[in-house]
Amino acid sequence: MPIHEKSLIRPENIIRHESMNLQGVDVSGDWSTFIGSRTITDYNEDMQDEIAALPGGEYIHRCWQCGSCTNTCTVNAIEARFNPRYWIYLIRIGLEEELLRDKDILWQCVSCNKCTYTCPRDVVPEGVMKATAHWLELKGHTPDSPSTIFDREFSNQIFATGKVEEGRVLRRFFASTGQALRQPWLESMVIGLVSRLPVKMLLRLGLSAVLRPKTRKWSKSRAAITDYLQQQGRAERRALHLSAGEGTHV
Amino acid sequence: MTQAYQKVAYYPGCALEGTAHAYDRSTRAVAKALGLEIEELQNWNCCGAMEVKSTDPKLQTYLSARNLGIAAKMGHTAVMAPCNGCYHNLKKAEYDLRNDPASIETEKRISTKAGHASYQPGTVETIHALDWIKKAIGEDGLRARVKKSLSGLKVANYYGCMYSRPRHIFPEKDKGPGSESTLKPHFMDDVLGAAGAVNVEFPLKTACCGGAHTLSDSDTSTRLVLNILTTADACGADVIATECATCHSGLEMHQSRGEKVFGKKTNVKILYFTQLLGLALGLSARQVGVHENFSDSVGMLRARGLG
Repeated sequence: MPIHEKSLIRPENIIRHESMNLQGVDVSGDWSTFIGSRTITDYNEDMQDEIAALPGGEYIHRCWQCGSCTNTCTVNAIEARFNPRYWIYLIRIGLEEELLRDKDILWQCVSCNKCTYTCPRDVVPEGVMKATAHWLELKGHTPDSPSTIFDREFSNQIFATGKVEEGRVLRRFFASTGQALRQPWLESMVIGLVSRLPVKMLLRLGLSAVLRPKTRKWSKSRAAITDYLQQQGRAERRALHLSAGEGTHV
Repeated sequence: MTQAYQKVAYYPGCALEGTAHAYDRSTRAVAKALGLEIEELQNWNCCGAMEVKSTDPKLQTYLSARNLGIAAKMGHTAVMAPCNGCYHNLKKAEYDLRNDPASIETEKRISTKAGHASYQPGTVETIHALDWIKKAIGEDGLRARVKKSLSGLKVANYYGCMYSRPRHIFPEKDKGPGSESTLKPHFMDDVLGAAGAVNVEFPLKTACCGGAHTLSDSDTSTRLVLNILTTADACGADVIATECATCHSGLEMHQSRGEKVFGKKTNVKILYFTQLLGLALGLSARQVGVHENFSDSVGMLRARGLG
């Protein structure tokens, strides 16, 4: 399959000529203008610095646009609009409007790290995707993505107790995203398992939902982490020129 | 054989206490059958999995550094993690604490406030369960200990993302003969091959299962998993051997979801490599926790005289 990195044909770039005649040949119909002539004045000159100030975005300035990231990208292979190389380009020159066209899919990076593995400039594109997704949320361009909600649920449990109990994360994530816990595929999987498990094991699993796993003497770590997070949150908001109330995602 | 790995610290991690309980059971059973000593890290904490790094990568460094510090305090020089997520994060912490001043500073600051010593990089070596078996026993050692050969069971070895990417956090890999390859890993192939399995040519060894978004973006994950499962089927594999708790539960969940939601049925079974190895070492299916997997392999194993 040829590499089809991105399409420039967009509905708004198509002009319909009802009747056009070129040297006696009828060429009426839809013509792509590719890109209409325009003058761009609204560059967001702060965008690169702001994204570089968020965790993961630090090395965006190193990119020299070779496209290796997009070429290896797991998500690009199933969704051609997912294009890290192009987004890094837009961020670096400040084309915010253009970046916002893809704001609803940008969070879908699966962190497979193929881009970071292959990048010849150590840009850490995976980190840049995370930083950009957070930037979109902090700036209010997108609501918190399902991934952000899941990460927060999961992380908060670790920060609170030192460990994670998967059943609890699952229940709380489904509740906070308004999904039913009784998904048919999940149910059939659990029924199959339960039919094979001995009673003793089932009791143990049930018990671990009540007696949550936790790390002992964790309270000091918890306090230190909370302290650090608050400080980081303040620094991020400062870097993004947000007032105290805005962008409190952490 | 590496004498240093005869006794190692063991970091099971949260998944092995929950959905991946069978991986924990089979790892412990294999250690016992091979006469290797593992000592669980005392009072460990979660490594942060794929989630904490999205909040702040430096916090993940702290979480893993605390665990490495425990291994050092217990007097170990190596800590073995069977879960790719735990393994990856310990490696990442080791790398960051050697190379990134901001991570070093954050780890010191939080450790001091939390009232424990900060971890000195280079004190404890992080190894995967695959490194541990391959180096402590080796293929010849395994061949000598196999009681019930996997006798031609066709296996697709699936390593996932976190075992070898990004390459810079694994400085010991890609060092030529005897070392692991980040591009085309082979340690699991070597170990299971010695146990009698036929390793099929499987091009998606290090493809991504979408584990980071297994619940938050299920459709993407199902599509990625279906790629892996249908390819394994096409390669003629009876079973996909896994070495990661996240990959394993992702493959199982989305095999079910692929069938129920996408209408795509796949036949390949999914087992932890320690389960297959345990069976070859003469352990029963129950001893290696086959009944605890969501993917039902009992019939397939019985038909081959391995159950």
